[in-house]
Amino acid sequence: MLKVATAPHMFSPLDTKRLMRDVVIALMPAAVVAVFFFGLNALTVILTSVAACVMWEYLFVHYLLKQKSTINNYSAIITGMLLAFNLPATMPLWMVLIGAFMAIVVAKMAFGGLGKNIFNPALVGRVFLFISFPVQMTMWMKPNWHDFFNTDVQTAATTLGILKHLDASSSATSLTHEVEAVHDIPNYLQMFVGYTGGSLGEVSALALLVGGAYLLLRRVITWHVPFYYLATMLILTSAMWLLTDDVRYEPLTHLLSGGLMLGAIFMATDYATSPMSVKGKIIFAIGCGLLTFIIRFYSAYPEGVSFAILIMNAFVPLIDKFYYPRVYGTGRK
Amino acid sequence: MIKTFSIGGIHPDKHKITAHNPIIDAGLPEYVYIPIKQHIGTPAKILVKQGDKVKVGTLLADSDGIVSADIHSSVSGEVVKIDNIPDAFGYDEKMIVIKVEGDEFEASIDTSSDIVKDIPFSVDEIIQKIRESGIVGMGGAGFPTPVKTTIPEGKKVDFLIVNGIECEPWLTADDRLMIEKAEEIVVGAKILNKILGIQNAIVAIDENKPEAIEVVRNITRRYVGVNVCECQTKYPQGGEKQLISAITGREVPSGKLPIDVGCVVQNVGTVFAVYEAVLKNKPLFERIVTVSGDDCAQPQNFRVRLGTPASFLIDKCGGLTQKTAEVIFGGPMMGHTVINLQAPITKLTSGVLLLSEKETHRPDMMDCIRCGKCVDACPIGLRPFLIGVYTRNNMIDELKDIHTMDCIECGSCAYICPARIPLLDYCKLGKIEIRKKQKG
Repeated sequence: MLKVATAPHMFSPLDTKRLMRDVVIALMPAAVVAVFFFGLNALTVILTSVAACVMWEYLFVHYLLKQKSTINNYSAIITGMLLAFNLPATMPLWMVLIGAFMAIVVAKMAFGGLGKNIFNPALVGRVFLFISFPVQMTMWMKPNWHDFFNTDVQTAATTLGILKHLDASSSATSLTHEVEAVHDIPNYLQMFVGYTGGSLGEVSALALLVGGAYLLLRRVITWHVPFYYLATMLILTSAMWLLTDDVRYEPLTHLLSGGLMLGAIFMATDYATSPMSVKGKIIFAIGCGLLTFIIRFYSAYPEGVSFAILIMNAFVPLIDKFYYPRVYGTGRK
Repeated sequence: MIKTFSIGGIHPDKHKITAHNPIIDAGLPEYVYIPIKQHIGTPAKILVKQGDKVKVGTLLADSDGIVSADIHSSVSGEVVKIDNIPDAFGYDEKMIVIKVEGDEFEASIDTSSDIVKDIPFSVDEIIQKIRESGIVGMGGAGFPTPVKTTIPEGKKVDFLIVNGIECEPWLTADDRLMIEKAEEIVVGAKILNKILGIQNAIVAIDENKPEAIEVVRNITRRYVGVNVCECQTKYPQGGEKQLISAITGREVPSGKLPIDVGCVVQNVGTVFAVYEAVLKNKPLFERIVTVSGDDCAQPQNFRVRLGTPASFLIDKCGGLTQKTAEVIFGGPMMGHTVINLQAPITKLTSGVLLLSEKETHRPDMMDCIRCGKCVDACPIGLRPFLIGVYTRNNMIDELKDIHTMDCIECGSCAYICPARIPLLDYCKLGKIEIRKKQKG
């Protein structure tokens, strides 16, 4: 029997499910690195976070909305992984459950589900936990790949934490103290592969770049947001570094530490919470970079990526309203 | 330098499986069904009646007004019926049914295969010949060619663009025509050059037709005023507006015509028909049709007499199978599904595609995930997702403000949408609503 259908009669093989599955695949290298350096704790946190996000979404859609379950589109898995990537390995699991609730139920489903949320769900979960449980959220485990079962957990400071400490102590304490603290900063190679204290998914720039390359190759994301975000940070820190000769602005350290890579590649590129046009994406990314810079250097927090992206998320509707492609035949600029 | 348009575009699978199949004659069916309207504008006035004997090339219906076109017989035989008959899409159209007897041509038609290179006619004579041959834009729009080549007072032409892009997947009719009739097309371009008073015809061919590019380029070396321009393979490169911007860097202003930026665009099939009309006295009664698709057993490029039922061609290619899900006139991006297989091939039918469910399956629509792929894909720079939202909510003034009327209906947005939102349908519906409101 023949069908009657409207044009077009062929479709791109890229559908929502495949896009989301590709993001999960792209997050895998970072997950593997996290488990390698932080052992069983990391695995437990990641699995708990994913399971909790899927569970909250299922419960919400099934019992509250009484609709067909949406968990098979992989988006809850992505949120779960990204949330875990923003947590320390030693995070108590009941807190992970609360974070997942904030991410899925409050930040995503309450707004209408996939595509309708204004703020990045994983970041909302993270920031909620960060504000509610500041002690647990800033307890960083020292990476140790000889100790999968975490029998001997030692804590370590994050690179950005050390830099912030320099900031606070520079006027008050002696110069020798400063030199010692600088000595604790991991070298570039350590930062690049992820041998440093920090949240699970953010430590390894290498793993994140591999995932990012996969997303570009599969045409899941375009290069604009990661490029302009990282470039903005690089330019601002380089300028300050050259002007002040202050080790706190060391540009490569900033590029490789904290949540910058994770944020630029996986969080700021989130479809629902970033602008739709190329022009808009560039403005959004530059805004993220600028805010990250400001928060990292002029606020009380050592890390600014989460807040920067969330703040820019709020501007997305406005950016979309004013920045869109020029319509053909309406005059060139 | 390989040129292309700068805004949007997509890269669907090409499926040009018939690119190396030479054009073969489809042969004569038992009956032909010739619609008196195969163009944009008013239907032609019927000149024959039931029982009349006609030859190949006999005028059956005369153009009614400026925006109309003559209709000629494509076979010799007897007019057995003139009636409303459902066309390919189920709409009743007035058609002249001719029972085929032999294959006798009108004496005036030059049936030899010699290539005539001299153009001994004046501009007015050429236009008259084109008008009397019933030529319309064969790329799909069906706009009567004499209207397009008559330049309004005060307008100046800089470029004649011969459109050999054929960016729709599967179709290879234009590709084969360029390979096999390159010189005729170049002479046809010279004829149009003469009418337009220019020496600047550009045959645009996309990169995935290397053979056509080589053949046509070799011939243009011997002719002044006709050149080949290689374009990137990208959909919808063959769209009039996209082609003009690719080749000239100019943009047709919103709501204006190509002539307003000094361009006239003609499909290669049309240019070939102009050559045959002017120098061979041959009216438009046949065209090249690609029969292809993933469910077509023996895909071919046919030379088909207009009015031949689609089923006649489909049977020649192995017929339908249990798996055939859609039969399409035209390409898979902009073509229409056929509901009546007895319906005739017309001046505008560039292809007949037999596609399986696997190829045409449209999964259930999901929620927009705001990925922005439709915005990146739109070759006009529109925001299809927003057109969808406004159409759903009947926000007609807003639809107009975001230039919905400029949509060329290429379907790139609906092709690319990962949530399978029927964005093209929303665009078409939105345009209908805007027109309705304008009429009051």
